[in-house]
Amino acid sequence: MSDLHPPLTEVEGEKATPRRLVLNMGPQHPSTHGVLRLLIELDGETVVKCQPDIGFLHTGIEKEFEVKTYQQAVTLTDRVDYLAPLSNNLGWCLAVEKLLALEIPPQAQWMRVLLTEMTRLNSHLVWLGTHALDIGAMSVFLYCFREREDILRIFEMFSGQRMMTSYFRIGGLALEPPRGWQTAVKKFIDEFPSRIDEYENLLTNNPIWLGRTQGVGFISIEDMLDLGVTGPMLRAAGLKIDARKDQPYTSYEKFDFEVPTSDRNDVFGRYQVRVEEMRQSTKIIRQALEGMPPGPWKADAPHVVLPDREKMKTQMEALIYHFKIVTEGFRVPEGEVFQVIESPRGELGFYVVSDGTTTPYRVHMRTPSFGNLQATSKMVEGTLIADVIASIGSMDFVLGDTDR
Amino acid sequence: MLPDNLREQAVALAVEAFDAEAVKGGKYDRNELTLEIAPVKIASVCGFLKYDQTFVRLSTVTAVDRFPAEPRFEVVYHLHSIEHNERIRLKCRLAAENPVIESVTSVWRGADWYEREVFDLFGISFSNHPDLRRIMMPDDWEGHPLRKDYPITGSRV
Repeated sequence: MSDLHPPLTEVEGEKATPRRLVLNMGPQHPSTHGVLRLLIELDGETVVKCQPDIGFLHTGIEKEFEVKTYQQAVTLTDRVDYLAPLSNNLGWCLAVEKLLALEIPPQAQWMRVLLTEMTRLNSHLVWLGTHALDIGAMSVFLYCFREREDILRIFEMFSGQRMMTSYFRIGGLALEPPRGWQTAVKKFIDEFPSRIDEYENLLTNNPIWLGRTQGVGFISIEDMLDLGVTGPMLRAAGLKIDARKDQPYTSYEKFDFEVPTSDRNDVFGRYQVRVEEMRQSTKIIRQALEGMPPGPWKADAPHVVLPDREKMKTQMEALIYHFKIVTEGFRVPEGEVFQVIESPRGELGFYVVSDGTTTPYRVHMRTPSFGNLQATSKMVEGTLIADVIASIGSMDFVLGDTDR
Repeated sequence: MLPDNLREQAVALAVEAFDAEAVKGGKYDRNELTLEIAPVKIASVCGFLKYDQTFVRLSTVTAVDRFPAEPRFEVVYHLHSIEHNERIRLKCRLAAENPVIESVTSVWRGADWYEREVFDLFGISFSNHPDLRRIMMPDDWEGHPLRKDYPITGSRV
């Protein structure tokens, strides 16, 4: 064994205990949802030690931010948490808009809320489908992906893209909302609550599901706060914490919704919380749809937002702004901000440092998956190997989000 | 010394009362409070903020490279108090030569991976860290990618 890879556990070293076995799970294991590697030390079927190994998907996104203009960087945020691209877009845009002190018109804000909640549904559907698949309930996956397809079609309608939408831009939206979007969204949310009932029929009282999830994956609130866990995991332990309520952004304070909690604090509790969150998101989407204010969909800030095509071709000033923004980008006042939003996975924070030029000086993303994943060892040590899959599935991490 | 414009901030005053030498400066900008802390005091200030000022959550630890300015590195901590619904940013400045700072893993175990990330990508060392090794880059990687003097593009070998 080379010096680069010292023995990771005692089993590989000299103090080997005959009963102990080291199991290498991942990074290509299908139930690790990406490229997570877990080194698990087993005593019989009991996990004695678990060591997560991350970084296989590290692509240097934070470094790349430093050479992109602020507007170009929107496309990078999509690729961080690829199951919730619009949540990332939103966090980034809000952070830069805070530096610019930019006022966003109400229609753009409402549209952002609507689409971010659609993203939450999208993300939770993928989570529910794959989590159920891991535990052995195959059919739920097919149902969830059926509805997810509808959401992706709506995203495509808005932005022309199914996944990497980049639809939120600094100063508003990328494009005017398409004709007929109301009908598409309304059709979807009219149907969706009954679809959630369908999933619940398959799972909530299913004895196998209950047996696999109840009492599994317990971790105390104190440990979670200590280790940096956020989002539905904390809420499933009974702590009502949600950035949409605590530090409202994008007009969330004007929407009426509940923050679901559960005091079960196990895999089943997290399932209940996320399912209820889907119902609440549907409620928010309906309010956004019905109360959508009229008006412009991008801010009145010619030095930041690209001018309309028509104006650009007829007015000299608009042409100059267009040229400046496209070739050089816009300058952002010096300073630093930490903008937090509630992504489907938990607390997503953008720490943006600006030095007054057209590219960010430093961007750090406080991603929820990174903090959540840190609790893996604490959660699975002392439990059975079969429960590891259920436990890590209930965290709902995305490795792109962890490794950046 | 605490700047005069921060005298209205209860947390800033509390930290100054706890240890006047620890506070090097600070600012209140865009509704966000930043306190600059002397690097040697960071662990004790964090402990005070966690146990006395209800900042139970460490949101993130990261760094900023101010190359070629001196002191070169800023280690940045974001803390969150759920009880008071409040956030605070702590900042420590470190010189370019052999940057070392005390780990806050003794206060929050969750600082573990964040500090490993800063160690990996900036080459800032944390003393008293239980398991300081690279986390993102391969173990045999040379250099620290998020430093400003690290190239953006590489050449094919």
